[in-house]
Amino acid sequence: MFENIGEIILLFWRTMLALPLAWRQRQKVFEQFFEIGNASLLMVCVLSFFIGAVIALQTGPVLVERSLSSAVGGVVGISIAKELAPVMMAILIAGRIGSAMAAEIGSMRVYQEIDALRTMNIDPIHYLVLPRLVAIALGLPMLVVISILVGWFGGAVVADMNSHMNIPFQVFFSDLRDIVQPKDVANGVFKSFCFALIIGAVSCHQGLATIGGPRGIGRSVTKAVVNSIILIVIFDYVLTRILLK
Amino acid sequence: MMNDATNDHSGVSLQVRQLRKSFNGEEVLRGIDFQVQPGEIFVIMGPSGSGKSVLLKHLIGLEAPDEGEILINGESIQSSEVAGKYRMALVFQSGALLSSLTVGENVGLYLSEHRLKPPEEIARIVAEKLEAVGLKDTADKMPNELSGGMKKRAAIARALVIDPQLILYDEPTSELDPLSAAVIGREIVKLKQRIHVTSLVVSHDRDLAFGIADRIAVINEGRILTIGTPEEVRQFNDPTLQKFLHADFQHESPSSL
Repeated sequence: MFENIGEIILLFWRTMLALPLAWRQRQKVFEQFFEIGNASLLMVCVLSFFIGAVIALQTGPVLVERSLSSAVGGVVGISIAKELAPVMMAILIAGRIGSAMAAEIGSMRVYQEIDALRTMNIDPIHYLVLPRLVAIALGLPMLVVISILVGWFGGAVVADMNSHMNIPFQVFFSDLRDIVQPKDVANGVFKSFCFALIIGAVSCHQGLATIGGPRGIGRSVTKAVVNSIILIVIFDYVLTRILLK
Repeated sequence: MMNDATNDHSGVSLQVRQLRKSFNGEEVLRGIDFQVQPGEIFVIMGPSGSGKSVLLKHLIGLEAPDEGEILINGESIQSSEVAGKYRMALVFQSGALLSSLTVGENVGLYLSEHRLKPPEEIARIVAEKLEAVGLKDTADKMPNELSGGMKKRAAIARALVIDPQLILYDEPTSELDPLSAAVIGREIVKLKQRIHVTSLVVSHDRDLAFGIADRIAVINEGRILTIGTPEEVRQFNDPTLQKFLHADFQHESPSSL
């Protein structure tokens, strides 16, 4: 993976230079954006609800035992907004959308469709990479906002219904509001924006670098997902460290 | 490469001088030399792995040579200014139609992506080019709904959209039945007669080569064996060429079994 970092950065840079052309490609951006939302929204909601629920279940009884029931909303709220929603959604989107990007571009490479674009003076970065990168950079942060809200809701439901906690719904959200600041949510959304750029750049690069036949496409898909997840986890630490200041 | 249209519709001359290319230390092209006249159908024939497709990628600019040069009307295409001056199109072996677009969108892709014409005009040109290759009423179909021969004809229509001065065909009859192959061969000849385009066809199909070529170059192991009219090539006395030209299925007699 690390030997390709230079190529990935170069691809990302060339895509950024092409950013003024994004409006011309708005139809393709919208198609990709719809694909990201349509394919992932239900999964995001289910996953987020249960992440919120399990965090409340794991932390709630321990805090209540120590007479810290007022901290449950804050712990669930902070951990979901700043860490779990951005990272889990990024991993989900790497698996669902990053793999699709690598597979689609990879098959276009293998079946000479990208060569055909080049012979028509159509830059594959403008035509294929730019719309995907813009769509995922817009789509993932939006999914993360939804994920944070659903995750909080999941936590609140469990805190309310679990006999070890019995924290009413309104009290949970009131406690959450006392601790979670808008900047905590912004922090998570910003992280997800960075993760989206990683997923888009890694997956598109892997697709464009595909060689061989169907086996090559399979290899590219696997590498795109694995490399994206590794970089997400590494950058999660780096970004968290920077944002702590 | 497909470039901005000019008003010059005549075919161009093509000259390849001492072209050399190696991949991972293995020399694939070993000093290729030939010249194609304007409006000529020039077929490069040779067995699989002889370097034909690599040569074609150099001509369209998808690969850069290690040595040698390619000239169009006497000007080197290594200069982007010159490459932008002439209209060239490549018809890929597989057709290489974009599978996510309809046939019509594929054919009109160059015009729509470069915003050269309004959508109504593009639709008219697409219909005209599809009709020219016998694919009327297929504009709304997806490429996977077309047969192999139809895909190649759609790829030719996509090439025609730019009013090319030079068309390069990569194995245009591979994977086709003899009837479809004959249709493609006739299309190539018709285009030459109608728009006087220079055509360079890379193929290992002997019937196609001898049926449509004005001249044939035979390539083997990265070198040109001979260049001449179909009759001259047939007469050329080289064991490798004669073996290639007369290769056939050998039936073993029952007694030898």
